[in-house]
Amino acid sequence: MSAWRRLRVKLRSVPGFLVSIRPTQRHTSPYGRLTLCRSLSTGSHLRNEFFKDLEAQLAAFRKKAADALPGSSWSPLQINPNLPPERADIVIVGGGVVGWSIAYWLKQKEMVRGGVRVVVVEKDPTYSQASTVLSAGGIRQQFSLLENIHLSLASADFMRNINEHLGLLNEDPVDLQFNQSGYLFLANEEVAHIMEENYSTQRYAGAKVSLLSPTQLKQKFPWVNTDGVVLASYGLENEGWFDPWTLLNAFRRKAISMGVIQCYGEVTDFKCTTNVLRTSSGDTVDLKRIGSVKVQMPNSLEYQPVECAIVVNAAGAFSGKLTEMLGIGSGPKDSIAGIPLPVEPRKRYVYVVHCPDGPGLDTPFLIDYSGVYFRREGLGGNYIAGVSPEEAEEPDTSNLEVDHQFFEERVWPGLAHRVPAFEKLKVTSAWAGFYDYNTFDQNGIIGIHPLINNMYLATGFSGHGLQHSPAVGRAVAELILDGNFKTIDLSNFSFRRILTQEPMLEKNIV
Amino acid sequence: MMNSLHRCCQRSALLLHVARRCWSSSSASPPPLHTRLLLFLTQRFYDVEMLLSWRSQLTRNQLQKKNAYYGYTQRFYGLDIASAYFILSLKGGFRFAGQSEWFYADQKGKFSWDFLNHKDTPLEEVDMSYTVINYRGLCNLESQRSLRTLKLRGCPEVDDWFLARLHVFQDSLEELDISHCPRITTGGLAALRNLKGLKRLDVSSLPGISSPGLVIILLEEMLPQCQITATGYDYNLNEAEGEEEEEHMQRQR
Repeated sequence: MSAWRRLRVKLRSVPGFLVSIRPTQRHTSPYGRLTLCRSLSTGSHLRNEFFKDLEAQLAAFRKKAADALPGSSWSPLQINPNLPPERADIVIVGGGVVGWSIAYWLKQKEMVRGGVRVVVVEKDPTYSQASTVLSAGGIRQQFSLLENIHLSLASADFMRNINEHLGLLNEDPVDLQFNQSGYLFLANEEVAHIMEENYSTQRYAGAKVSLLSPTQLKQKFPWVNTDGVVLASYGLENEGWFDPWTLLNAFRRKAISMGVIQCYGEVTDFKCTTNVLRTSSGDTVDLKRIGSVKVQMPNSLEYQPVECAIVVNAAGAFSGKLTEMLGIGSGPKDSIAGIPLPVEPRKRYVYVVHCPDGPGLDTPFLIDYSGVYFRREGLGGNYIAGVSPEEAEEPDTSNLEVDHQFFEERVWPGLAHRVPAFEKLKVTSAWAGFYDYNTFDQNGIIGIHPLINNMYLATGFSGHGLQHSPAVGRAVAELILDGNFKTIDLSNFSFRRILTQEPMLEKNIV
Repeated sequence: MMNSLHRCCQRSALLLHVARRCWSSSSASPPPLHTRLLLFLTQRFYDVEMLLSWRSQLTRNQLQKKNAYYGYTQRFYGLDIASAYFILSLKGGFRFAGQSEWFYADQKGKFSWDFLNHKDTPLEEVDMSYTVINYRGLCNLESQRSLRTLKLRGCPEVDDWFLARLHVFQDSLEELDISHCPRITTGGLAALRNLKGLKRLDVSSLPGISSPGLVIILLEEMLPQCQITATGYDYNLNEAEGEEEEEHMQRQR
């Protein structure tokens, strides 16, 4: 009898099962609490599982029926969903902030919905070696070239109105965590005249910069040791630092919502058609046109050739390797084909230090004439510091290991000299990142390569890629869709200057 | 006095309406039914998405129009009258240097034109509380280099970039009130470094700063001559709340 009672209780607990059941007595334990006794019989247990499985099986049945009907996308050949599409209009190689900025602006400027099919190919989904996320994240207008100042001003304008550009209706507003603390450059006697020239260029371009004498500097920032400083240049507005990962994700999220296809894979090969032309002196010139890009899936031998009309090289530190695949740099020495893309990775160290007595909330991004820099990180007395190494002691770029000896020898003495409070500090963390270093003149290369008709370059920014990324993205989108620069004229940054060997050097004090 | 209280009530209604504008799911309560319905439709229909983006674009355009550069007024009436007219059009208030009476616009936006009598008099105190002034609108006030007081209480469009632009008043500004502004964060407060003449600063009830106690201490260190008012923050430690929860659970067992 009790077994029947227990069975009825079990049946009643199954939802939707139509059985008329008399209300049975529930077991009550001596403690006055209700317990449903567990039966040890296997019959009801299996029946219970059957009903739980029934729902899942009905759902699977419905899915199979929907797939069998016409109009569904089921096919017996299982395709890897991570492969890029077979055809695209524009393939952007490199998923850093420059690559996604170009993708966003291409979609922003297309005249019709779905006008250009853009695919962004990124080799590393974890972004472990990408320069974007390992950057210190600063933006400044204190350059000597007008183009650089305009790029920074435009990027600051973009970041001020970032929610207007990159905001999505059903998502949180973008918070870049922009610290409006400004940059402070210190100059000694030898380079003070360069700083004054740069100051007038910056004011002419519209940047809000002010010059400070050593006494004014000491008054404004009492923790600075003004020994050897003759002039200081302080940015009042649109300068500071922000979170690069947030900017990257904001670009990515907005671009994907506008229809850009993201693909994780490595570009290993190109298929080109070559047009052989003959110059008046009888030499041959090979003009290539990229027909398709071979994208290899990560950790796999699977690949997909993507037919494309335009390829954008935004691969950052690895752009040189990409152009080598096309034969740039492997021609005869005195021809255009013999000039390689002068972009190579250079390792830079960033150290996080903790100093409890250090400068407070008003710490700017201080850059000394010796090359040592530091900025505040958070509110807990942490700072980020580093220095650009000399040409002779460039570290090895095969890995991202940090050299702590470098801090003790090169960074700490400079820091302690400039800010006496930094004599007592502790290194809490460090990382290394690559600069996409332009060995020719340390400024970006933007434009079509002369020998490859449909490859646009947007690389070689040597540490300024992040701060110029919104404006550079817009410029490259204008080049591709409008044919020419419309807002900022960056024709001085084309590949031509490398062919004619006319460097556009930044006359900076460091 | 009563007039200003009445205006404050109107402004708080405006603030609540504007604050509900961004549909973030991380807000305290889930958005109302019609908002959720619109979001549901936005994710499924391009038309709804387009209409909603047009609507937000329209509100943005209206805001930018209100904060436009009053170039014609400047050309015909001079810089000071232009700034005064801008303030009154945005329903703010101001006081001329050397005068003791304040010129205000009422809730409907009506104001008296007596301020036109004072030509070429710079402004000394400006009260833009609960108005929609933003970074673009500040260009109309930049000419007032002898501005002493600036009140921006409860302004929904004042953000960090606005604070950074206040460096144009670095010599003259003595009092700044930026309490209850929802968009100001710690990064913007660092920009107040440039206001070296600041004597009174009010940073009460800023919802955007994460650890208010620490930030206030750092601000006081950064501006030693300034008297900082910072009310409306809950300085209780979070650990106390956790202990209360544990006691509650133990009692239930």
